[in-house]
Amino acid sequence: MKAIVNIQLKQGVLDPQGKAVHHALGALGFDDVENVRIGKQIIIELKQDDKAKANDEVKKMCEALLANTVIEDYTIEIIS
Amino acid sequence: MKTAIVVFPGTNCDYDTQYACTLMGSESVFVWHKEENLPKDTNLVILPGGFSYGDALRSGSIARFSPIMKAVIDYANDGGKVLGICNGFQILVESALLPGAMKRNANLHFISKFHHLKVVNSENNFLSALKNDDIVNIPIAHGEGNYYIDDEGLQKLYNNKQVLLTYCDKNGQNLNPNGSVDSIAGICNENKNVFGLMPHPERAMESLLGSDDGIKMLKGFFS
Repeated sequence: MKAIVNIQLKQGVLDPQGKAVHHALGALGFDDVENVRIGKQIIIELKQDDKAKANDEVKKMCEALLANTVIEDYTIEIIS
Repeated sequence: MKTAIVVFPGTNCDYDTQYACTLMGSESVFVWHKEENLPKDTNLVILPGGFSYGDALRSGSIARFSPIMKAVIDYANDGGKVLGICNGFQILVESALLPGAMKRNANLHFISKFHHLKVVNSENNFLSALKNDDIVNIPIAHGEGNYYIDDEGLQKLYNNKQVLLTYCDKNGQNLNPNGSVDSIAGICNENKNVFGLMPHPERAMESLLGSDDGIKMLKGFFS
């Protein structure tokens, strides 16, 4: 079982990296870009066979360590 | 007076911090992060600067789970004085001993230079040797010092006089190097026994090396 965790700064929290990349894309002539947000992806391989249990476990990991919930949101996708 | 200086893998300001403690007349001991207890007669704990665990995931996020941090958190909750400098500040916010969070600097650069700071609140153990509106010149050296707190949290900080230091120019005018909310450079907790700041007072202990304002700044702890 694999868990794919996506972590991003919350809406409303300014993302300095996203802003820089947005600016750079504009400089390259990509004028259609309205907004860029940069996050990180963490891929976790689990021994667990039960999808719901795996999801619960990874949620605990996110709350304890993987995401800083003061400024970040996360999503979890479990793939068997 | 005994100061415990906690050393994590990647800490690099431990010896500067010890030099500062010695200059301020305090005995100091290094405490490796694998230890589970602080020395019994500890009067002050300092989490020094550096790059604990190579800043993996988020600065301070892994160090926060080192065995010694349980003892540091207990010590702080019992009213013991804790100071986090730079990476130490990041560890304190990750531990939730201090409110808010750190983001990458707004300009994405690692900023290493002297910077002026304004004292916002000196009515605490840390800055008691300074007065409100005093200006000090202290080095900063960080890539993730962009302090964030939501509006409600910020209001609480102001109401309870927890905003200690802000970045400014030499005349005290606001100057924000890293994008921090309200140019905040240092804060304390509600009980005013846990202190965190991004600038490095321990690197400003000798006028020959640019500034000795760190002495004035740290004096409150050691007098």
